[in-house]
Amino acid sequence: MKQDFSQLRLDQVTRRFAAAGGQTVAALDNMTLTVERGEFIALLGPSGCGKSTALNCIAGLLALSSGSIWLDDERIDMLPPEKRGFGMVFQNYALFPHMSVKRNIGFGLLMRGESGADIERKVDAVVRLVQLRGHEDKLPGQLSGGQQQRVAIARAIVIEPPLVLMDEPLSNLDAKLRLEMRAEIRRIHRDLGRTTIYVTHDQDEALSLADRIVVIKDGLVHQIAAPAEIYAQPANLDVARFMGYRNVLTLDVSAQGNGRAQLSGRGLSLQGTIKQPLGAKAAAAIRPEEFVVGDGPNGIDGKVENVEYSGRDSLLEVVTAAGLRLHVRSAVHPAVGAQVRLSVPPERVLVYPAEASP
Amino acid sequence: MARATSPIHTRAAGFDRTLLLVLPAAMFMLLVFVYPFLHGLMLSFTPVEGGTLANYVKFFATDNLWTTIGTTLKLAMPATLINVGLAIPIAYQMRSKSPYQKWVTTILVVPITLGTVLIAEGMLTYFGPRGWLSQSLQFLHLYDGPIHLTHNYWGVLISLIISGFPFVFLLILSYITGIDPVLARAAATLGADPWQQFKQIYWPLLIPGIAMAFCLAFVQSFSVFPSAILLGAPQGPTRVISIAAYEAAFEQYDYSLASAIAMIMGFVQLIIVAFVLGMRKVFYRGPVSGGKG
Ligand SMILES: Nc1ncnc2c1ncn2[C@@H]1O[C@H](COP(=O)(O)OP(=O)(O)O)[C@@H](O)[C@H]1O
Ligand SMILES: [Mg+2]
Repeated sequence: MKQDFSQLRLDQVTRRFAAAGGQTVAALDNMTLTVERGEFIALLGPSGCGKSTALNCIAGLLALSSGSIWLDDERIDMLPPEKRGFGMVFQNYALFPHMSVKRNIGFGLLMRGESGADIERKVDAVVRLVQLRGHEDKLPGQLSGGQQQRVAIARAIVIEPPLVLMDEPLSNLDAKLRLEMRAEIRRIHRDLGRTTIYVTHDQDEALSLADRIVVIKDGLVHQIAAPAEIYAQPANLDVARFMGYRNVLTLDVSAQGNGRAQLSGRGLSLQGTIKQPLGAKAAAAIRPEEFVVGDGPNGIDGKVENVEYSGRDSLLEVVTAAGLRLHVRSAVHPAVGAQVRLSVPPERVLVYPAEASP
Repeated sequence: MARATSPIHTRAAGFDRTLLLVLPAAMFMLLVFVYPFLHGLMLSFTPVEGGTLANYVKFFATDNLWTTIGTTLKLAMPATLINVGLAIPIAYQMRSKSPYQKWVTTILVVPITLGTVLIAEGMLTYFGPRGWLSQSLQFLHLYDGPIHLTHNYWGVLISLIISGFPFVFLLILSYITGIDPVLARAAATLGADPWQQFKQIYWPLLIPGIAMAFCLAFVQSFSVFPSAILLGAPQGPTRVISIAAYEAAFEQYDYSLASAIAMIMGFVQLIIVAFVLGMRKVFYRGPVSGGKG
């Protein structure tokens, strides 16, 4: 069992499952990733994209169909989970229902043959870290969801694993607790100074926690980059959609050059920034919050059809004369039925090749 | 919230009319279980001759009566222990869903449907002195002596295992598959090897189920009757307590004594069951999954 490492490498890791009709589908397809010690990596993607599969492959709970996993220069993908020594936090916590909080947390230390006094001391320290004092002798069934979550985290980190794996650890909590625990997870990661791989389908969670985000869709890695880059420069239209680019307009390319494209069609004329080589048709991706209500570059006229008030700003649905429906986040709150003029800077209009129409 | 308008709750406090719904079930229990039991109990205290306890005194004073308790225990205990002991590792091996699991469970259901008499007949032709087992062993020159596996203790024990095992196995398998496999996976990531996963996770969570399976299997074996006659030596080493009761009732026509023997039989079962279920309380009883969702 490795005490620590400087690099974890996934090399073309693939995992297939049997599907209907005797065929197999790749739940995870050729994933290649290098994780440095101390990093916080988020695996981000919609439900069913293969995030848990990736995590289970790293933990040793699933055998690979092909590819390899390396800790520095030791190949580990043939080792059973108990020989890898990674800490794992399961989506449904998987606390041992017949053991007290204390015994749950001390389980990993017991399996490592540590002495009773050492276990007591370490469990005590980590119980303090996750703020569970006073609950040590309860059974998991007597705890709230947030407390169970903390026990699950405590149990995984008390063994001081070189790598902590977390599978949607906050998905069963309510919104307020989720924000609290998010901060706590980041704090624990910083305190331990170890490596964390965190699975989530929530882009806010990934953006706020991770040093680097791995965007996965249909088992394929689409982009690996820092949060700011993923947010501002999605590598392709799928990533853009997933990162909150709600307006995707399929238009004709009338001119391109210098990284800019001039798009037209459906009563619009838009200038945007080219992200991938284009053909004759292109898709322009724009975030609701990039629109400005008022005059400016890339002007679009439309009528407000719906206003969703949300405090500081409103989410507008604006429909153009040609019937295009745009989602706009705006600090001004026009009335339903009002005519508005929208604008958006060309560098915030991301242009990708249009998808083959289904 | 006040619900004064509800017709049910305006009736005399303390009586909920929905309780009436249990009446048919209660009547049924009373008629087919409680009444015969009480009748038998009364009968056992009204012996043909002697005082109230004469039947019980007779049972414990007669050599070929009181010894049947030991004889029966000597069959039922090992049979139950062997069945439970075999069922746990096999069911544990088969805990994950597979086509293979479906086949084995189907094959194991067959002895349950056959019933003890058919099994006994099969065993006589298979294990008997001139049975297939004996003949093939002689043919292969593995063992030439006579085989004594029927009409003695071993015949009855084997038949109790054959007829009891599928039942115990299926029961324990259903308990094992009810335990969330993610718990063992969590234990594995914490460093538990497969043996520790069983010992620390499955075993403690299984104990209540195993105790229940043990009790049911024991009660079943303790009331062994057909195979003790067909495959055993009913006048000697397999003279079990139900044979004693049968003889009292249908050979001596002493229903009162037969009732007393039946009561004693039930009492011995009760002691064992109470002991096993009492032990269970010492261990954890509760949910067998690990959290929300
Ligand atoms: N044991 C399995 N057998 C068959 N298919 C599976 C199995 N586990 C996962 N899959 C499939 O693999 C894909 C990815 O699953 P998963 O990794 O759990 O997704 P998620 O990103 O939601 O965690 C899904 O389409 C799922 O149906
Ligand atoms: Mg998942």
